[in-house]
Amino acid sequence: MAGELSSILDHVDKLAEVDIEGVEPTSHVVPLENVLRPDEPRPSLDREVALSQAPDPHDGAFRVPSPQAES
Amino acid sequence: MSTEYDAVIGLEIHVQLSTKTKMFCGCELSFGDEPNVHTCPICLAHPGVLPVPNQTAFEYALKIGAALDCELSPVSTFDRKNYFYPDNPKAYQITQAATPFAIDGRLGQVRIHHAHLEEDAAKTIHTGGAGRIKGSDASLVDFNRGGTPLVEIVTEPDLRSGSEVREWGQLLRATIKQLGVSDVNMEEGSLRCDANISIRPVGSETLGTKTELKNMNSFRFIERGIEAEIARQKEVIASGGAVEQETLHFDPSTGELHSLRSKEEAHDYRYLPEPDLVPVVPTQAMLEEALKLPELPAARAARYEGIGVGEQAALLLSFEVDWAEYFEGVLAADDSIEPRVAANWVTGEFAAELRKQDDQPLAESKVDPASLAKLIGLVASKKISHGAGKTVLEAIVADGSDPEAVVAEQGLEQISDSGELEQIVIQAIEDNPKPAEQVRSGNEKAIGALVGAVMKATQGRADGGEVNRLLRQHLGL
Amino acid sequence: MADLMAATGAQTAALISSGEASADEVLDFWLERASGDGLNGYLWTADRESARAGVDGSGPLAGVPVAIKDIFCTEGVPTTAASRILEGYLPPYTATAVARLNAGGMPMLGKTNMDEFAMGSSNENSAYGASLNPWDRGRVPGGSSGGSAAVVAGGLAPWALGTDTGGSIRQPAGFCGIVGLKPTYGAISRFGMIAFASSLDQCGPLTRDVTDAALLLATLQGRDQMDSTSVGIEGGISAPGAERLDGLTFGVPRGLIGQGIEAGVLARFEETLIKIAELGGTIVDIELPHAGHAISAYYVLAPAEASTNLSRYDGVRYGVRASDEDLLSMYEVTREEGFGPEVKRRIMLGTYALSSGYYDAYYGRAQRVRTRIVEDFRNAFGQVDFVVTPTSPTVAFELGEKTADPWTMYQSDLFTVPMSLAGVPAISIPAGLAQPDGGGPDLPVGFQIAAPAFAEQKLLEASFALESAIGFDGSAGLEGGLR
Repeated sequence: MAGELSSILDHVDKLAEVDIEGVEPTSHVVPLENVLRPDEPRPSLDREVALSQAPDPHDGAFRVPSPQAES
Repeated sequence: MSTEYDAVIGLEIHVQLSTKTKMFCGCELSFGDEPNVHTCPICLAHPGVLPVPNQTAFEYALKIGAALDCELSPVSTFDRKNYFYPDNPKAYQITQAATPFAIDGRLGQVRIHHAHLEEDAAKTIHTGGAGRIKGSDASLVDFNRGGTPLVEIVTEPDLRSGSEVREWGQLLRATIKQLGVSDVNMEEGSLRCDANISIRPVGSETLGTKTELKNMNSFRFIERGIEAEIARQKEVIASGGAVEQETLHFDPSTGELHSLRSKEEAHDYRYLPEPDLVPVVPTQAMLEEALKLPELPAARAARYEGIGVGEQAALLLSFEVDWAEYFEGVLAADDSIEPRVAANWVTGEFAAELRKQDDQPLAESKVDPASLAKLIGLVASKKISHGAGKTVLEAIVADGSDPEAVVAEQGLEQISDSGELEQIVIQAIEDNPKPAEQVRSGNEKAIGALVGAVMKATQGRADGGEVNRLLRQHLGL
Repeated sequence: MADLMAATGAQTAALISSGEASADEVLDFWLERASGDGLNGYLWTADRESARAGVDGSGPLAGVPVAIKDIFCTEGVPTTAASRILEGYLPPYTATAVARLNAGGMPMLGKTNMDEFAMGSSNENSAYGASLNPWDRGRVPGGSSGGSAAVVAGGLAPWALGTDTGGSIRQPAGFCGIVGLKPTYGAISRFGMIAFASSLDQCGPLTRDVTDAALLLATLQGRDQMDSTSVGIEGGISAPGAERLDGLTFGVPRGLIGQGIEAGVLARFEETLIKIAELGGTIVDIELPHAGHAISAYYVLAPAEASTNLSRYDGVRYGVRASDEDLLSMYEVTREEGFGPEVKRRIMLGTYALSSGYYDAYYGRAQRVRTRIVEDFRNAFGQVDFVVTPTSPTVAFELGEKTADPWTMYQSDLFTVPMSLAGVPAISIPAGLAQPDGGGPDLPVGFQIAAPAFAEQKLLEASFALESAIGFDGSAGLEGGLR
């Protein structure tokens, strides 16, 4: 996989040919600003539903193994 | 020759905003509820969900920016800060890295580098291994807190000691509290403070290697933690070592510092502009609303000092709006009372009496400002003595009765007839020949016994100054 | 009974509303077809009850079922994005796009196969096996919405929902001989659509004809308060009816076309240009000076966004957890086992492009090249009404033909990626059949038309007129779907 990645990066490196002097970056193409939500509560999930997809639900919470360093 | 060192301290303060709902979803904020009852697909980072920012959170943030005298950014954007941890469900935190909503501010003597808006992490509780197949330790994750709006305030390294940090921190807390945008309760974590600490030789402009002291839940502990860390760094250098960059935790019960992690494992957060959100460009209306600030503690304290209130009392009053309002109520009720005297009564005798009587909160006190003003007026106009004033205070705090009625009932009115008082003084000298003789022979301290005798005879209704004057006159001094 | 197989989505809706077919008959007919899937086009198919579980309204298309790409979250219905890491996942909510169809009375026929997390151009990156092209089952249907394209072209669904990040609707539509529309970025809500590259992903229809694409778009489009980046299309969308192209100018970026393009594809393209002229349209050559760099920019930007979008699959709250040993192995083993090779490749690429020290050289630069491409289109649309290209340089290729070299596979999206970066709408309509360069069966060729942002109605009108003039016959594909 390392070889494939490096070959992709070789192609991508051709971007250096493009003159980007003074060009602003584009993160968005939508002409929008100030899309904000009123501070109004919406219903939360029932806890059973929230936990229903969890691999290891326990005591109403999502259980995960501890970091090795602290065990 | 040993080198003297200065400490250089900068703070990162996280303030949870007291909005109704989370930063990017409609789940209600809560504290102390059962775990995972305030979650939804968005704050659990289910596949496909998108954030939509809370308008009120943004407005609250702008208010904090304005109160810290910051420049409010005309365009404010969000970024993703990437790191894996179970309390960070998207594995990126939405924050503001490139263009925070506020920059370049100041509160008191401390410059504010910037303030940005972000979302809080969930809560992870480490548990034992009970119940797990492999028996190893586990953690439980509760996402109720996850996504709470946070404003992070980052200061310049302008603080020099633990006590400065405590005092400034209290000012910051009082300031934000007054804005009404956060509970700023350190024990509940709605205000959290990290300190970056380094030391350098006096006169040096170069910053030393800094350590980070994490997340302490009171400014007293922060003060002690910082002092301990400064002492530790001085020791390390004195013994020829070098301070290492690390994150520390201070245990207030033992006074010890523990290393949490060294910066060698420093993260590359791979920030990128959050493509799911569009820029916030505060409108004129939003900016005007943000700039409608109440009188903030620093300004209020300065104003009080300007009308003669002592520094300590001015700060005490300014940090608690209800006390300041009470104080101003006293002044309003009787404009002949000197502000200094009123402030001393309010923050001194009155506050002490409330504490003494079941720790009454001010809001529940039976004594209104006009009533306290009446009492202060009685003392100031010498209608009653200061001592009698305390007796009256005790009574009115207990049952809310009228100060004048208490004076009348208990016969506390000061003896204003000099003739009557003079008779009592003469009698006291006669009854106490020994101290009288001592005073006459030059031991002025012995006069105390005679004053006491007069006070006893008048049940505290005599003016101390007048008693003194009469005693000295009759003792031929 | 009416010939439901011959009917488009719009025609089926008309049969229902005129009473010639009942909604039950229509649903049963398509459930029966879907259950005979010989293309591995579906990852899950509904029954009568589950198909209508979310339906809570009615509209002009009521009763006509839709196949949904498995990238859309559907409450209580398996949603995997064709990844092992989401095996068994039942979302607690439904995507806005699907909810809009349901609110229009349209049942869900099934969830269609795709490249894992929409990363791919052949459907061979599905963790559940590739979907097959109904025109030739030895060939790919294209990707990533390959399942959606295959089931529509193969007569296993009247129409389908797909998503397009760099060509994932248009390219498979072209390979399968159907219509695929990628609307303007922001036209349709992304809420509930599993993110690949957030600034590029857009939902759209895959249909038998342009009218169906218009009608589905009309139902799907609109501002959604759950998606900060959604805008909707002002004035909405109506069924197109144009017959001529008089006064319209079509720009051909000759500089882009030519690289590695098959002779048959080029021939169909040139013929279509002639048809445009016959309908009164004007053909001019234009320049998109930076479009040649689009693939390179795309393979920085999309993986960068993907690398963070896919970080949430950690085995904590849903999906598969492959190790419980300790925290680090939970992350590492889960993601190592859960993701396929192309997904891992792109996560690595994106992580690299965002890492400190490389950000400016890769991500920052690609964002600026994207600006250049946005400007290219702005300039082009100052001169012409539409930009046209072949949808892909080739017809559908053979399974396994391009899996060895990722960059060759990426070239499949040469003509579709520039429009994605610019965020403008683009459609692929069938332009006839052609043999691959190396010889083989006659296979569909797609013709791509792009328009300025939010000019979907105009785009659909032109496409409608051209579609009628081309008169493509997709019946050979329709016969290739059943087992």
